[in-house]
Amino acid sequence: MSMHAPSHDLPLMFVEAGILAGEVTILDNISLTLNAGAPTVLIGPNGAGKTTLLRAAMGLIPVTHGRITWGGNETAAPARRAFVFQRPAMLRRSTEGNVHYALAAAGVPHGQRYDRAAELLTLVGLDGFGSRPARRLSGGEQQRVALARALARDPAVLFLDEPTASLDPHATKAIEDIVSNVAARGVKVVMSTHDLGQAKRLAGDLVLLHRGRLIESGPAAQFFADPRTEEASKFIAGELLI
Amino acid sequence: MTGDVSALQLVLSGDPGLFAIVRLSLLISLSAVLFAGLIGVPVGAFIALTLFPGREGVIVVLNALMGLPPVVVGLAVFLALSRSGPLGSWGLLFTPQAMVIAQTVLVAPIIAALTRQTIEDLWVEYRDELAAMNIGPAGRVATLVWDARFSLVTALLAGFGRAAAEVGAIIVVGGNIEGFTRTMTTAIALETSKGDLPLAIGLGIVLIFIVILINALAWAARRAGERTAG
Ligand SMILES: Nc1ncnc2c1ncn2[C@@H]1O[C@H](COP(=O)(O)OP(=O)(O)O)[C@@H](O)[C@H]1O
Ligand SMILES: [Mg+2]
Repeated sequence: MSMHAPSHDLPLMFVEAGILAGEVTILDNISLTLNAGAPTVLIGPNGAGKTTLLRAAMGLIPVTHGRITWGGNETAAPARRAFVFQRPAMLRRSTEGNVHYALAAAGVPHGQRYDRAAELLTLVGLDGFGSRPARRLSGGEQQRVALARALARDPAVLFLDEPTASLDPHATKAIEDIVSNVAARGVKVVMSTHDLGQAKRLAGDLVLLHRGRLIESGPAAQFFADPRTEEASKFIAGELLI
Repeated sequence: MTGDVSALQLVLSGDPGLFAIVRLSLLISLSAVLFAGLIGVPVGAFIALTLFPGREGVIVVLNALMGLPPVVVGLAVFLALSRSGPLGSWGLLFTPQAMVIAQTVLVAPIIAALTRQTIEDLWVEYRDELAAMNIGPAGRVATLVWDARFSLVTALLAGFGRAAAEVGAIIVVGGNIEGFTRTMTTAIALETSKGDLPLAIGLGIVLIFIVILINALAWAARRAGERTAG
């Protein structure tokens, strides 16, 4: 993978953004700026709005209030954004076929796809898995295929929605290593987790969501050392936020 | 029963009369499946991927049409093609073409309904991923049809099985004219009543063999799908 040209997607800004589904407020008046640099990690209990915020940031769902801008623009084709869903769907193709598909979708010329796919599969630790049907892989392996597919887009911003939620510690460690590696190469990682340990290990910045509201955001070190809100203190202490 | 022996003899000796009937049957049913596929796959995919008013109703009707009684289809096509009917000027009644039309009408809803279900299930599974990869509408359809190809082949085979085995529609519009519109099923129906059991049984044996072959192919398609797609 190459080092990245400056992205047109950053900074990614939520400006008093909200999402209403019918009567239900899913995201409430979110103002947040995502800059290049170390990973931004969204934390918060189930139902806090993490998935919804990530989807909106990717441009998959529109906001109903306020706005989101990518590099200052309100509309920006997601050419250099990529998303790994919490339960990624494997295309009914081989592992390699899945990556080839993503490369084609990203406009990589036919002649380069074979080498790029091999590189990506190596990067995510799936050497030798290329010809296997992707749907037959384990959860952790499928998560890696999804990562390889996302990286096929040569993303400037990579969104990961609870990428290790259903994985055992070994598979979790493998995914975290890939994420760190990718972030170190200059990709802006924006991910959600409800695993506080994972947040500590990976986050440059932290964002705490609760009931669709942004409770607290800032550098991870400061967040853990000196939380400003009661919710954050409780969350760090491992108490349930209800 | 000496009928069985002479029936087998008819089959094994390659009786030209019998094989002319088999050939015409296959030609009619395969043509019908081809046309029904050309209609049913796009229609099914369109319904699967498009929101329009009355969509649910269309799906219910389409599913119901899978169980159309062949003889009623035959009657409807007969009325359309009869001299005073809207398509009477085509002069197709009691021709193989009329039989292809009737079987196409019979089978197209089956293929459309199965395609709709297959493509829609896959779309639900794929939609987020395809959106995140920024795939446009044409690419979306191509991806879904390609990735569903083994199931779609199974749908075509189901249509072929239905066409090859039915008698009601083609006997009404084709008339079982010897050497012209006589097929396996119409011959079995009429020769049995006339008492020519060896021919009826011989054709029955061939028909059962074809049905087994269709199922074997459907099974092979499913296995191939599992091997490549998981
Ligand atoms: N389309 C929708 N319609 C109604 N409610 C929704 C919709 N999508 C999400 N929600 C609700 O919004 C809340 C936040 O969901 P989500 O973003 O998935 O939270 P998280 O990822 O933090 O668990 C949940 O209460 C969820 O039930
Ligand atoms: Mg979630």
